[in-house]
Amino acid sequence: MRIAGKGLIDRSKAVTFRFDGRSYQGFQGDTVASALLANGQKLMGRSFKYHRPRGVLTAGSEEPNALVTVGRGAEADPNVRATVQEIYDGLEVRSQNAWPSLDFDVMAVNDLAAPFLGAGFYYKTFMWPAKFWEAVYEPIIRRAAGLGALSGKHDQDRYERAYAFCDLLVIGGGPTGLMAALTAARAGADVILADEDARMGGRLNAETGVIGHQPGHAWAADMVAELSAMPNVRLMTRTTVTGAYDGGMYGALERVNHHGARRANLPLETFWRIHARRSILAAGALERPVAFQNNDRPGVMTAGAVRAYLNRWGVSPGKHVTVFGNNDDAHRTARDLAAAGVHVAALIDSRADVTVEGADFPVHTGAQVCNAAGRKELEAITIRTASGEQAIQTDCLAMSGGWNPTVHLTCHMNGRPRWDAGIQAFVPMPDAVPGMVAAGACNGVFPTRACLQAGVDAAAEAIAALGMKAGAMDVPQAEDGAYAMEPLWAVPGKGRAWLDFQNDVSVKDVKQAAVENFRSVEHMKRYTTQGMATDQGKNSNVAALAILADATGRGIPETGTTTFRPPYVPVAIAAMGAGAQGKGFAPQRFTTSHQASTAMGAPMIEAGLWYRPSYFPRTGESSWRQSCDREVGHVRKTVGVCDVSTLGKIDIQGPDAAKLLDFVYTNMFSTLPVGRVRYGLMLREDGHVMDDGTTARLGEAHYVMTTTTAAAGQVMRHLEFVTQCLHPEWQVAFASVTEQWAQFAVAGPKSRELLNGLLGAEIDGESWPFMACGEVEVCGVQGRLFRISFSGEHAYEVAVPARFGASLFDLLVSRAEALGGGAYGMEALNVLRIEKGFITHSEIHGRTTAFDIGMGRMVSARKDCIGKTLAARPGLVEETREQLVGLKPVGAVRQISAGAHLFDAGAEAVRENDQGYITSVGFSPDLGHMIGLGFVRGGMAREGEVIRMVDHLRGLEADVEICHPVFLDREGERVRG
Amino acid sequence: MVELTAKTACDGLLPLIIGDAELVEVAAGALTSLAPLGDAAGLGAALEKVHGLRWPDPLRATGKQGLRCIWFGRGEALLMGPVPDPALADHGAVVDQSDAWAVVQLKGLAAVDVLARLVPVDLREASFKRGHSLRTQLYHMSASITKTGADSFMILVFRSMAATLVHDMKTAMEAVAARG
Repeated sequence: MRIAGKGLIDRSKAVTFRFDGRSYQGFQGDTVASALLANGQKLMGRSFKYHRPRGVLTAGSEEPNALVTVGRGAEADPNVRATVQEIYDGLEVRSQNAWPSLDFDVMAVNDLAAPFLGAGFYYKTFMWPAKFWEAVYEPIIRRAAGLGALSGKHDQDRYERAYAFCDLLVIGGGPTGLMAALTAARAGADVILADEDARMGGRLNAETGVIGHQPGHAWAADMVAELSAMPNVRLMTRTTVTGAYDGGMYGALERVNHHGARRANLPLETFWRIHARRSILAAGALERPVAFQNNDRPGVMTAGAVRAYLNRWGVSPGKHVTVFGNNDDAHRTARDLAAAGVHVAALIDSRADVTVEGADFPVHTGAQVCNAAGRKELEAITIRTASGEQAIQTDCLAMSGGWNPTVHLTCHMNGRPRWDAGIQAFVPMPDAVPGMVAAGACNGVFPTRACLQAGVDAAAEAIAALGMKAGAMDVPQAEDGAYAMEPLWAVPGKGRAWLDFQNDVSVKDVKQAAVENFRSVEHMKRYTTQGMATDQGKNSNVAALAILADATGRGIPETGTTTFRPPYVPVAIAAMGAGAQGKGFAPQRFTTSHQASTAMGAPMIEAGLWYRPSYFPRTGESSWRQSCDREVGHVRKTVGVCDVSTLGKIDIQGPDAAKLLDFVYTNMFSTLPVGRVRYGLMLREDGHVMDDGTTARLGEAHYVMTTTTAAAGQVMRHLEFVTQCLHPEWQVAFASVTEQWAQFAVAGPKSRELLNGLLGAEIDGESWPFMACGEVEVCGVQGRLFRISFSGEHAYEVAVPARFGASLFDLLVSRAEALGGGAYGMEALNVLRIEKGFITHSEIHGRTTAFDIGMGRMVSARKDCIGKTLAARPGLVEETREQLVGLKPVGAVRQISAGAHLFDAGAEAVRENDQGYITSVGFSPDLGHMIGLGFVRGGMAREGEVIRMVDHLRGLEADVEICHPVFLDREGERVRG
Repeated sequence: MVELTAKTACDGLLPLIIGDAELVEVAAGALTSLAPLGDAAGLGAALEKVHGLRWPDPLRATGKQGLRCIWFGRGEALLMGPVPDPALADHGAVVDQSDAWAVVQLKGLAAVDVLARLVPVDLREASFKRGHSLRTQLYHMSASITKTGADSFMILVFRSMAATLVHDMKTAMEAVAARG
């Protein structure tokens, strides 16, 4: 019911939205909750477990009942609190957890079975048979109970992450926060003021109090206007600070576009990481309900919420309102309603010794509300006085059990709040979060005038800590009454008195937990589920532990609270992980030949972050194997070209460069002549192989090391470790030049012929023997040439500055094609190296030693190197270890597969009988059958033995023969060309 | 004799103008990694003598467009612009990195807001001024960022990641522009 002349909504702007398919009208500035109440719609949801009809309880983000799903299809956003969702034209909202409809929900039958469904019901009932839990019971329970559901569709919405920095973060834009922000801003500090509401002002927007000579909300608006004009102030509305973290970091969720239709590129939410040198928590306080029988009927709300709907949104939630409280604050609700012309049926104060002056409505002191009637809507309440019980007709009950300071953020770094008996609530411990000061209502200071002063004081303290000086501030006059109350947690009586509305936890459940010896507050929470889900116990926490304290005969301070953890409000994973999908998942590294390769139709495989061509299909080829076989043929018979730029290249210079290489490689590099390349093996400290590659000596004190593609970063880090920690005295510098050079393998009998067409000076076997290297001119560009081979053929790698990479690749491929060859990809490269028994990280996978891969003799006896000592451990050099061998099929099954395990013929294929495993396989066009590399116990001593391969994953079995790992040209004649 | 044609790192990807932010590729000239080998003072003096540039302190850059030297990490500076004088090699390791980095400039009133979506470092005018330079993360890439003017930042990432740089910058620029 709208009240004329009340509210801060814009009545000139009507807004139409839909709730459960029905069209409703509200005004600009309404939330879904206020607009539905204005339309007389009190029923907004069904409860979690018993599907009881529920209406809105609060007017803020702590709302436990009025949870709705906003939007449809992939855009659907479940568990949105109707109290924070602003309405806009076209908004579509649906109720949750009800079937077939909110009004008629068949699952409400659960409520009739309530005597059997109390706390611990699941644990006691569904114990047997054990295997039924996952398959039967849990799915049924999950269907019956619950909140909103995800759409199950890919999230198309845009979310965003961002960083912000400030001198002072003020959390909360109520009277305390506004004063604090202005005080600090005038002192020159960089201030961020964050408030979760769309309109700053906090409770000032919900009350009728006066500040100075203005209504509170008008004073707040003036403050906001002044702050927004200051260049050193950033106002963040619709932004909830969700967590306090180490080092002055705060998480904050900004609802950027939940209050309007989707707009291109505009994120729905931004998750901020705010770094603040100091912060002021001015988060206010949350009103707590009183537990009594049927206190969850739609129409029963907190007293402060009723005032908020009346004063901010011009809505009276009822025609005949009753007010029930244990404190003076609740009286305001009755007065505001009466002043606005709403019929106040009664004010009930639980305190006997209180007088309410000037009330033009019935007042019952020393009375309690002990029951509520009506199902989908409150119809009447029963009050109990010394003289007995009486019923009062009412359609809205405003209740107040006192206020809880919003201490949550002060507990995010393990701080525990302190019990303040004066206000019967927990208040923050000072310095619970370094650099944070709690001020105002969240610090247990409730009068408005005191809050304004607290804001000034907190800002002055923060400003001083920042080394600045705050000027004098005038604190305007405002309400300054004392907050008088006496504790009232639950009204005694029969039936279920609800504590946690969101999780259907009643006073009985908490008492039952205590009876069953779940006496710790943390155990009680988990046993009853009190304090879980979206509201995280904001409404019920203190009352539940007060009842637990009573049931266990302890005081509230001894009982303590459960732990408040981030986030303060629900945060979508999509917001925290914003951007990390699709192309944003990981950086993509493209070679200079990438465009040409994709133009040739090459499918890409990812190697680390790099994209490398798998093979280059040609017309008429219908499978990758055909392309691969042809590409292998190019290299073996004519010439092939492959982009090898992705291999790590590290430029190493300095008088101690040779020492560094001798130390990190197992073999000698100080003896390598200038103009020559050597293969090297690198161990980890624990003696296992880290990486391998070739290193070229370009000058006396100048080397270029090559690493594998995948281990480039690891090797670089290793070199940093060695030079920073083990030998900081060495004069050596190194830099990654992976990106500087585009490098191509030119491999095959016609490789020199191809290159001689492009080089400034022709080369021959004498000027560029196997393992020679040096500078060359490539088509007029200064480049480098290495005669190295990963295919066993006469081959080179030619490097030019990356800007020329694309151009050189095109040229090399066209020249190769003219010679009967062409480009080759990773598949062919793999077959070529397996044929030669060359290892990759398939073999040096982190658990193999130099001994295992047949390179034990590469560990030089003449010098020390990293890993040498530990590689000599007896267990690492036993002849029975799994060692590198070649494998070929000899039975009827010609297929062998990587990942398969090896077993002795006749032995059962189980773990205990494992003889080894296969690491790499490929089809050798030259040999006409598949070949593989693998590790077998005893290694080459078993050459010629036939062993059984079992691939449990693919269901494949074959007989394979153990053979030499080098299948082709064991003497290495071709490579020397 | 056939000739090789050169392509810049951001060839075909830039410029990009969205809202109040503009992203362009910079022709930075030669890029040279300089690392002292035991004689940092000597390398610094040589740099000053042959190129007239001071060796940058950590987190700083010296010089200006076309002749600049930026701090590039522990014991390393990046000379940007001139072909390095051979005399430098007498005092340290001199490595050509001209083709290793994509060099772009982000400018405009929204530049700081765009970077706030990507860079976990305080880039407010008061803390990150002209002549400041750092190595940090740009979303999920390693980057070098130097303040070159009031609303202007020079950004370097690996050449191979140029496409990702443009993708990530574009996403942030669009989101900032959409806020209006």
